[in-house]
Amino acid sequence: MSFSDVSHKEELLVRVEDVAQVADRVKRFRLVPVDSERLPAFSGGAHVTVMMDNDERRIRNPYSLMSSPACTHAYEISVLRVEESRGGSHYMHTRVSPGTELWITPPGNLFPVHQLARKHILLAGGIGITPFMAMTAQLSTLRHRFELHYAMRTEASGAYGKVLKERYGDRVRLYRTSLGERIPLTDLLEDQPLGTHLYVCGPERMIDSVLESGRLAGWPEENLHCERFLPPPGGDPFVVRLARSELDVHVGEHESILEAVEAAGVNPPYLCRGGVCGQCETRVLSRDGVLDHNDHYLTAEERDAGQQLMICMSRFRGRELTLDL
Amino acid sequence: MADGVPVSSTLPPSTIKSRPRYQGLQAVPTARHNLVAADGEGVRPVLRMLSGAPPGFAGRTHVLYAGSETSAAEDLDRLHSLGTAQVDVLPTSDDLIRALDGLLSTASMGTRLYAAGTEGFIGRVLTIAIGHGIDHKSVLTEHSGSRARRVQCVHCKRITEDVTVSIFECAGCGVLLFVRDHYSRRLAAFQGVCANAEDPSQRPVPEEAYP
Repeated sequence: MSFSDVSHKEELLVRVEDVAQVADRVKRFRLVPVDSERLPAFSGGAHVTVMMDNDERRIRNPYSLMSSPACTHAYEISVLRVEESRGGSHYMHTRVSPGTELWITPPGNLFPVHQLARKHILLAGGIGITPFMAMTAQLSTLRHRFELHYAMRTEASGAYGKVLKERYGDRVRLYRTSLGERIPLTDLLEDQPLGTHLYVCGPERMIDSVLESGRLAGWPEENLHCERFLPPPGGDPFVVRLARSELDVHVGEHESILEAVEAAGVNPPYLCRGGVCGQCETRVLSRDGVLDHNDHYLTAEERDAGQQLMICMSRFRGRELTLDL
Repeated sequence: MADGVPVSSTLPPSTIKSRPRYQGLQAVPTARHNLVAADGEGVRPVLRMLSGAPPGFAGRTHVLYAGSETSAAEDLDRLHSLGTAQVDVLPTSDDLIRALDGLLSTASMGTRLYAAGTEGFIGRVLTIAIGHGIDHKSVLTEHSGSRARRVQCVHCKRITEDVTVSIFECAGCGVLLFVRDHYSRRLAAFQGVCANAEDPSQRPVPEEAYP
């Protein structure tokens, strides 16, 4: 690789110490290091990518670290069981138990706390609570001013409502959407002190509506932060030519270019696997067809120019695509 | 904005990496309240922004202007006629910065800040803004007027405003200062370093560098 290869530098071997069913479809996994006392330090909002070796392929899914950054003896992640799983959530729920060993990447943080903020407003929807578990621990230790608004379908589906209420009292508000309770977004955006930062993690629709409401209330982009947990969208299969590796790789209906390329033994750098961070940006050498940009990284101009592709999320429709890999 | 008004700047394209980029004043139509700080010729871009802004924008805008009421009388009249909610004229930029500090201390999110004028003035507005938790990138700025620099003497730390020459004597410590092309955002100033440290008998001739 011509640039620093963040993703493959040093994967870590961890052992699952504990698995807990914390809500209807949510399991929490406690991961401890196998070869050392401690795991690398991280900050609130960080994630690791977990490798899962399925019978036919290796699945890599990013999960937010939800344990306190003050503790590096173990990491904790939570996994929601989804019906239309591409394999990862199903694997974690059915094949991982105490004693299982897993390879993970060191933590990377694309959703950090803004250290200079005067106040932090955290908005979580469902499993989107996980990065805020670590963030609230960090903010509370630093004695930063914060409030957390946590929307869940029912009390039983909200994995961490109770423990958060116990830890932070009035700073935490819970909303059960099945009872018609909603985060009062419009009110929240009024009369906040200058230097307030807003963070949102949850379903795509919630993220988009929060960001849009923030903009409409005159908040600068610099104060609005989000983390998206989007699996790569599927689509018609296609073939991609890797110029440097001299390989033709078939990209299936339910896999991303990145996954297909990895399965073929080529390891481009990556970090978020969700089209946000820019690590996997790849040069398009030639194409006869249409690029479907599904990322949040490239600018509108870059998309139109069609010379770069975020291979973790984006797809191709057409006759021929050659990438600089 | 889409009104097609070209944004002009009297600063040449900067090769100085540390120098902030002044992207031009543009109305943020969704802002609940607008605070606009301008000095000297900075009133011009403010007028341009307000006259091209969406309806109602001027009515949510408070302009603070440092300069003489008589020399800018016509511009100030136009500010009023555009429906600007409030226009305060302050005798000096020091007074303006103090007034702005007070306004920001009670402002809330949804208030957007704009600064137009000389580089030293914009820099001071940004410093105050950062002190109130505003990200400097969210302040809209436009350079207008003199290219004079605000310079900090690295030896005695005295700040000299409106430096237009490449070499000058620091009024604080008497050292002959060379104005380096390095801008400190924290100090909102360029750096002045001793111009003849090796051989004090040398007296390089100042040039009019930043008219």
